[in-house]
Amino acid sequence: MRHARGLNAFYRGFEAVLVALHPLFRWIGYERLERPVAAVERSVKGVLFDCRMCGQCILSSTGMSCPMNCPKNLRNGPCGGVRANGHCEVRPEMMCVWVQAVAGAARIPGGTEGLQNVQVAVDRRLQGKSSWLRVVRERVGEAP
Amino acid sequence: MIFEDEPVPGYPLPIRPGHTSPGRFERLLRAGHFAVTTELDPPDSADPEDVFRRARVFDGYVDAINATDGSGANCHMSSMAVCALLTRNGYAPVMQISCRDKNRIAIQGDILGAAAMGVCNLLCLTGDGVQAGDHPQALPVFDLDALTLLETARTLRDEHHFLSGRKITFAPRVLLGAAENPFAQPVEWRAQRLAKKVAAGAQFIQTQWCYDVPMLRTFMQHVDELGLLHKVFILVGVGPLRSAKAAEWIRTHVPGVHIPDAVVKRLAGAADPAAEGRQLCIDLIQEIRTIKGVHGVHVMAYRQEHTVAEIIERSGVLNGRKPWHPGRDPQANTNRMAS
Repeated sequence: MRHARGLNAFYRGFEAVLVALHPLFRWIGYERLERPVAAVERSVKGVLFDCRMCGQCILSSTGMSCPMNCPKNLRNGPCGGVRANGHCEVRPEMMCVWVQAVAGAARIPGGTEGLQNVQVAVDRRLQGKSSWLRVVRERVGEAP
Repeated sequence: MIFEDEPVPGYPLPIRPGHTSPGRFERLLRAGHFAVTTELDPPDSADPEDVFRRARVFDGYVDAINATDGSGANCHMSSMAVCALLTRNGYAPVMQISCRDKNRIAIQGDILGAAAMGVCNLLCLTGDGVQAGDHPQALPVFDLDALTLLETARTLRDEHHFLSGRKITFAPRVLLGAAENPFAQPVEWRAQRLAKKVAAGAQFIQTQWCYDVPMLRTFMQHVDELGLLHKVFILVGVGPLRSAKAAEWIRTHVPGVHIPDAVVKRLAGAADPAAEGRQLCIDLIQEIRTIKGVHGVHVMAYRQEHTVAEIIERSGVLNGRKPWHPGRDPQANTNRMAS
């Protein structure tokens, strides 16, 4: 998460571009865009964040550390089993997602406040769907 | 203590203004008493007497008994069933709910059922990973996490509907609790995590085993700075260690347990390590009780449950108070049942 700040800034710019493209998306049709956009999103975020395509991305509230990589899918903070070296209880070879999230959040403006957001239960129906398109439709007030 | 408006011990008490449950445990905490809770090791058996026998060793020394939900991801009698048996005899259980084995449909059903049986306290946990237990090949569920579980329980209680929005006709009246581990990484963020749990509905907290008081003090100071001390009752986890070898094993094998070297050394140097372990536990309780914002201790004496009474007795934290247990005041019971 050393690049959390840069990634976050890039991501914000990218989000603005996507929102600006809303009229185009609507013209093509969100339903038709879903599959190709999800495929692109999967490969881009897969490389950058080891994304699991939960379809309801909260990276900006987790210091750009993907919480779905936590073996317990914890989206609201670490469990009590984190090892003294900051590694995962379930997978000892892996750094705790939330140790990275706290470190990453400190590098992002407003990042530590984001950690305090209480995240609602995951909607498992969105697994595999594009989070980008969802965000755009939320931003323009057109609920998906 | 006897509550004058308690009809029959174990039956729901009238809910006082500002309280959320008809339970003895909440009353005790809100009355400002130093509370003592403990954990019942659930039997690998279908015999109810195994549960009652295990509860009886705590009689007169604890205010509430935690019924663990497959702790350490090991299979035992369910927390729901242990609570059903305990409430039948008037005990005040704290029902632990772990997110590892059940999805939101099962969990919400259990919360309603538990409240219907007289369970007044829930402890909302994420749960240990399946790799830690005796069934590592099992499917880990984790549909909810501790936070969303707290929110779910609060929604049922305060908003009288399921997560789906469907109405419930009689809400579960429960006190909501959560766990916290002030000794695990990222240590500097643990107080904030507690703040998040309080925001999601936690009214009391039971912590992981504490063997490092300076670390606990730092944590409690952060909690105080976040303005949480008057919003949540914190019970600190304690427990006797049997020997230096046991301490060494626990700190390397049990996730999230921090035992400083000095503690291991103290046990290693003792002529009777088990007695020294109990004395250490008493010393810790006496030190912990003086920390601002600590409302009680949660004694986890796994496989040493018989030592809890002695530890609490010698620590003096009950101040002469005798927690309710079946048969404590037979005279008062008959009177109140007659009235």
